[in-house]
Amino acid sequence: MTGSSRFRSSGFRALILIAPLLVFLGLFFVWPLITVITQAVSDPAVSRVLPQTAAAIGDWDGEGVPAPEIQAAFRADIAANTDDQAMGDVTRRLNSSKSGFRSLMGKTVSAVRENPDIDLAEVDKRWADTAFWKAIQDNASPYTDAFLLASLDMERDSAGSITSMKEGTSANFAILMRTLWTSALVTLSCLIIGLPYAMIAASVSGWKRAVLLGAVLLPLWTSLLVRTAAWMIILQDNGIINQSLMGLGVIKEPLVLIYNRFGVVLAMTHVLLPFMVLPIYSVLITVPGNLMSAAASLGAHPVRAFLRVLLPLSLRGVISGALLVFMASIGYYITPALLGGAADQMISSVIADYSIKSANWSMAAAIGLILLVLTLALYAVYNRLSRDPIQAR
Amino acid sequence: MKNSGKISKFGKVLAMGAAMTMAGAAAQARDLTVVSFGGNFQDAQRELFFKPFAALTGKPVLDEAWEGGYGVLQAKVKAGTPNWDVVQVEAEELALGCADGIYEKLDWEKLGGQDSYIEGGATECGAGHIVWSVAIAYDGNKLTGAQPTSWADFWDVEKIPGKRALRKSAKYALEAALMADGVSGAEVYDVLATPEGVDRAFAKLDELRPNLVWWEAGAQPLSMLQTGDVVMASVYNGRITGLNRTEGTNLKLVWNQSIYAVDSWVILAGAENKDAGNDFIAFANAPENLSKLPEQIAYGLPVKAAAELIPAEYAVDLPTYPDNLAVSVNLDVDYWVDNSEELTERFNAWVAQ
Repeated sequence: MTGSSRFRSSGFRALILIAPLLVFLGLFFVWPLITVITQAVSDPAVSRVLPQTAAAIGDWDGEGVPAPEIQAAFRADIAANTDDQAMGDVTRRLNSSKSGFRSLMGKTVSAVRENPDIDLAEVDKRWADTAFWKAIQDNASPYTDAFLLASLDMERDSAGSITSMKEGTSANFAILMRTLWTSALVTLSCLIIGLPYAMIAASVSGWKRAVLLGAVLLPLWTSLLVRTAAWMIILQDNGIINQSLMGLGVIKEPLVLIYNRFGVVLAMTHVLLPFMVLPIYSVLITVPGNLMSAAASLGAHPVRAFLRVLLPLSLRGVISGALLVFMASIGYYITPALLGGAADQMISSVIADYSIKSANWSMAAAIGLILLVLTLALYAVYNRLSRDPIQAR
Repeated sequence: MKNSGKISKFGKVLAMGAAMTMAGAAAQARDLTVVSFGGNFQDAQRELFFKPFAALTGKPVLDEAWEGGYGVLQAKVKAGTPNWDVVQVEAEELALGCADGIYEKLDWEKLGGQDSYIEGGATECGAGHIVWSVAIAYDGNKLTGAQPTSWADFWDVEKIPGKRALRKSAKYALEAALMADGVSGAEVYDVLATPEGVDRAFAKLDELRPNLVWWEAGAQPLSMLQTGDVVMASVYNGRITGLNRTEGTNLKLVWNQSIYAVDSWVILAGAENKDAGNDFIAFANAPENLSKLPEQIAYGLPVKAAAELIPAEYAVDLPTYPDNLAVSVNLDVDYWVDNSEELTERFNAWVAQ
């Protein structure tokens, strides 16, 4: 008995020791994550504030307007509600589905509060329109896949099957693809610069190595915003590049270097380069220096020795670096916002728009969730690939 | 047992510490926090309203800047006690928030009654502070040939070649496009209310796309005009007059077909300094104080008595000046409250192409 109690108390003590960590993880990691995921697939506003309507409207066949009993349930729900903020959530939700609910609900709520038995079509002729009732029916369930579908520019048609939205109504999918494409470009340019750089840094020693590594690390100690602003100054029409090129007579008109994809990729490559160089460097530094000379002594041409010996050995670092850069890229916000044009914005700016401007938290959460799933999928790939490629050979 | 005794003692100390921290936080009440749109506008407000009010009451006034966005206010109120008290909001945010119950009802006895305001300047939740316009502007020194007088000219790249800048939002861009297409100011929102009207506006925007540059912050179009990156831009009217006065530029404003709206003070629901907030609004909007604003920045005043006190030399530059008002369009807040989300999505998709 004493033994087990001692064991229990020591376990308890250990738990106390890691409690701050657990509380931190729970509060700032697990809880927000769960909130985001639930928000992405549910919006209980309508079912909570209009419970009788939500229960009754499910039976409506979607033709004409709902039966008088359903309309009565709707009026009863409005009359019973006392929480303006909760009703505001309902209105916002419905207005996202069908523009016009804002003014319609405002009018209806005050009319029904005055006279709970009023004929809704008399309050506003829009209540004779099927589309407005359809919006209520569509939002009656607390759970929905509408947000996840909308973040990929898809929706359910009246029959309930998934279709793509009318062209030109939403650009979420296109922006998501653009985000992946830009991230791939950034990763590629980081690789092209970072791999040789890491190899040189690993092959030299002493002050040369210190300078090379310092040059990579230094930007990491500067704020992202400052680095981005610096690129704005360098790249603009009368910036240092354009002025010197024009001064030398190479060009007559300034090159357009900023507010386009070029500026975004260039600045993001600069900002993310350390995350490519450092993993490759840390792998290469463990490679014995005499391997290349050994390969040469066996008659291998330097290019062949590089391709067959050094490159495969650095592969693990390359994979780590590429994934780090890619995963960091897809969440970029400030750099595309400051250096890109309207057609270079990435998916984070869409999330910001939904949360800050239209207060559509569910859409923001749904796009966030899609980003999260993408990142997790990449991480799974990374896990597979980084399982020691040397052994696999 | 011994251990658990220790732990509970430790727990007590922890709980006490936590309680003391909380008590400390509660005892230290936040000062009245007023939030406006920043820039040289807020600098003027600080000198004219914030500092004198702090001196009058003997209590400090904190001022913060924001860039608009209904989600920001909603999140603050939903989180419990908001950390802002008085906020200056645009007409749309006022209408949305008042319907959603995220603002306090104002104390209209303190504020001198809703009748002392121009029409649309006073509501249950908001007390109008300025009347501002979005209008076409150009540099009078650079554009010496043909000069624009309407949105039709803004669209006419043969008459006035060069790039043009518009605010990157469906609001204002769609109205401007329709007016350029020949719709009169009075009919703009009737046309926009139909799906065909919206399509027509987007089609007109398509025409100008190769020559369009977008801006988001109010200072951007001014620098674009000054550097010559664009020949014309839509601008917030107050900044043009301000820049001409302080830097001696010769930027011209086209009052014809400009679009005006009212910005208002609101108090966030559950704000700690609600009473002080009402006092502040009463102070800032008092005719003798408010009437000093147009001298610093050319925005009109929705308080009737304050508008009468404005010296004539400043009054001509305001959206509320009768000649200017006669050729302007009133922003239809109800239209944008209903349609903002859908049209913004479509507009963003259009811009991103």
